[in-house]
Amino acid sequence: MSLLKIDGLEARHGLLTAVQGISLEIEQGETLALVGANGAGKTTLLRTLAGVHPLAAGRIVFDGLDVSALPAHRRAAAGLALVPEGRKLFPAMTVQENLLVALSAKRDGRWNLSTVLEAFPQLKPKLKAAAGTLSGGQQQAVAIGRALMTNPRVLLLDEVSLGLSPLAVQGVYDSLRTLMGKSTGKGAAQGTTVVLVEQDLQRTFAVADRIVCMLEGKVVASGRADEMTRDQVMAYYFGHRTPAAHEALTT
Amino acid sequence: MTMTTTSTTSRVTRWTAPSIATVSLVVAAQLLLALAPLFLSANVVERLTTLFVYGILALMWNALAGYAGLLSVGQQAFFGLGAYATVRLADFGVSPYLALLLAAALVGVLSLPISAFMLRLRGGEFAIGMWVLAELLHLLVNLDNLVQGETGTSLIALQRYSAEDRRAYTYWAALATMAALAWLVFVMLRGKMGTAAQAIRDNEEAAASVGVRVLASKRLIFVLSAFGCAAAGALWVASSITFQPKTYFSVQWTAYMIFMVLVGGIGTYEGPILGAVLFFTMETLFGATGVAYLIGLGATALLFALLMPRGIWGEIEQRLGLQLLPVGYRLSGGTGDPPPKR
Amino acid sequence: MIWLNQLVQGLMLGGYYALLACGLSFMYGVMRIINLAHGSLAVLSAYLLFLLAERFDIHPLLGLVAVVPVMALVGWVLHRLVLERSARSGALLPLLSTFGVASVLDNSMFQSFGADTRSLAPYIDTLSYDSWTLPGGVIVGQLSVLTLVIAVGLLGGLHLMLVRTALGRRIRAAAHDADTAQLVGVDARSVYAASTAIAISTVAIAGAFLAMRATFDPYTGPQQLIFAFEAVVIGGAGSLWGTLIGGIVLGIAQSIGAQIHSQGFLITGHVTFLVVLLARVYVADSVRRWFRTLRPRITMP
Repeated sequence: MSLLKIDGLEARHGLLTAVQGISLEIEQGETLALVGANGAGKTTLLRTLAGVHPLAAGRIVFDGLDVSALPAHRRAAAGLALVPEGRKLFPAMTVQENLLVALSAKRDGRWNLSTVLEAFPQLKPKLKAAAGTLSGGQQQAVAIGRALMTNPRVLLLDEVSLGLSPLAVQGVYDSLRTLMGKSTGKGAAQGTTVVLVEQDLQRTFAVADRIVCMLEGKVVASGRADEMTRDQVMAYYFGHRTPAAHEALTT
Repeated sequence: MTMTTTSTTSRVTRWTAPSIATVSLVVAAQLLLALAPLFLSANVVERLTTLFVYGILALMWNALAGYAGLLSVGQQAFFGLGAYATVRLADFGVSPYLALLLAAALVGVLSLPISAFMLRLRGGEFAIGMWVLAELLHLLVNLDNLVQGETGTSLIALQRYSAEDRRAYTYWAALATMAALAWLVFVMLRGKMGTAAQAIRDNEEAAASVGVRVLASKRLIFVLSAFGCAAAGALWVASSITFQPKTYFSVQWTAYMIFMVLVGGIGTYEGPILGAVLFFTMETLFGATGVAYLIGLGATALLFALLMPRGIWGEIEQRLGLQLLPVGYRLSGGTGDPPPKR
Repeated sequence: MIWLNQLVQGLMLGGYYALLACGLSFMYGVMRIINLAHGSLAVLSAYLLFLLAERFDIHPLLGLVAVVPVMALVGWVLHRLVLERSARSGALLPLLSTFGVASVLDNSMFQSFGADTRSLAPYIDTLSYDSWTLPGGVIVGQLSVLTLVIAVGLLGGLHLMLVRTALGRRIRAAAHDADTAQLVGVDARSVYAASTAIAISTVAIAGAFLAMRATFDPYTGPQQLIFAFEAVVIGGAGSLWGTLIGGIVLGIAQSIGAQIHSQGFLITGHVTFLVVLLARVYVADSVRRWFRTLRPRITMP
């Protein structure tokens, strides 16, 4: 049974339907990448999954439990955590406080303050600093660490590379790979289940098990990462109808 | 792909059949009402005067809150000042009914410099800031020897008229003021002010970015509201003759204005008028029950704020797309009628 | 010497204002809500304590043990029924709805308790007039000192709660960004309701001290609300310790005003409030304008 099952999910922004009837199944331990141009509905989808955006239609079943009507904080308590776009730290609170506030989810597991700091050692000297004073890469580490403190079973990552220098992005993904169980090569089941939205296709191919392409609120393609080519994904990304793209899609 | 052109054209209209009917009715009603003192009893004339004053207050508070987005808990400042100015001018020897007009005008002028600083405030700070201003003005008025603190004084100059004449003159003054202000607001809303107000209400920054002169619009509405409330205060003192600062500067007047506008429909044109009529009816029926009536008023306003914040007329407008007085635009023809925008 | 005395009296009065205002400041800091029923709730608390004192001979400070939890519950209910719903529609609606609550409360208290002015002073023995004489001949009432001490204690307690406890963290997180707080498991709704309950608990204590130092009647609420609001604004909305400073500045302004003119007490208070409010806005505007001049201009080719 899949860990996270999305059935006909629909989400709106006012009168505009941002996500139209999406159905997906995410297996335990896999890393699913959501790819698509801006406005494809990826962020809205993640936010709706996390519960901070209203569900217009459809169902979300998490580990056999229908969480569609559950408020966001209860979903976090159930093990569904979102690292939001733009990090959204509490800038006036210290790094430590940002991490500790996630204890509100009251979930046990291998993640606590010391293990999170082990995963992100660059934060150790910054524990008492106000989160707003950190660099982009450090802030992203705090954001991910904060989500990890809830000991999630499914981690949703929304554009973690946004606004970061290439070096910082590398750092983030190095930490993520350990998280996803990729670097140890022990197999998918050992890592945290991850759904990530990423614009950087190179990164996407490096970490994802499966890739889902979204365009204008719908899924237009999905497949295993090792079975899709970059050109194919790019074609879906841009919604191109060029002969070259068509060729890429049909070969 | 070929393009197909639609042959239907869209028209923008301002007048519809119901609105033409309503406006004609209103004009007729105003003419009829003008004849009232000649035919109706003294009591009715006085009650109608009160109704007109309530209407003015509702209209003016709604202009500020509904069109400029400025919620004021202190319009009693101008109500009290209007009454005070009337009494003062009459004391100087000005004929009472002229004093009424002059007082309102003076307060309107005074509200300009007041707006210069008060309009820099937003939200709660503006709301309560106006209340504090009202309290301050109350205290300052009390210092006037003529007023003698809370003892107050009277509009003695009215004694030169017989009770009957006084009643009639005050009635006509109230009717004229109410009608004039209502028409003025109507004309303003149909003009640039109307769209400016809508834009300011929806999103002030966006409005400013497209060239809406936000501050100028707000100032105009602020001054108008001050003028109107002052006129109401002047009319009230002409009607009740006595002037006790505590009564005129009481925040209770704001409570009445909030009730009328909230229940009637904030931001609509017909709403405050409906609210004034309802308030007047409630007062006529239940006013004598004292505190229970006041509790009922507060509870009703609270319930409306929580459950029907658009007010009665706001709901009607929303659901039926009905607009009796043509302050908005209607799009007709073309591929369909979207709901009318205010 | 008169001026020194006025300063000290003003300081003491400021202690009361800080106590009165800390709940208002707390709610504004956490939820951006100005509770116009604030004063009326203080008066409600005073009436409850009065009932306990009059009927059961319970000393008001002891009575607080029962009244504070009751008022906390009242706050929680107020939040769930009124504030939660109003806050969703922007800044104007909470003002209107809390104004309605204030109106209903005031008139209901009139209905229940009548128009008589009451006081808790008769029930606290000599505390209402005991005093100490400071060097310089300045006399300070023991009740006033107690009020100031409690005010500082409450503000300190709130501050500590916010920075040291888990609940405090949750409150600060929800105050800054409710949605993101939800993402990490913070039940923002409960946190807000708890904040209101905490705020109204402080109002209950303020009501006790209002009634012990002075008289009250069913319509004392609005005046107290204005004082509380003035203290909050003078000190800087959203800052707890600012409220202490604001209260003291207000108290001193009023005391000095009382010396100048018989009606000066209230007038100076209001004038000080308006001046500070506008000065702050003007300063903010000038600073903003000055910043704009610092930004490099983009020149068109």
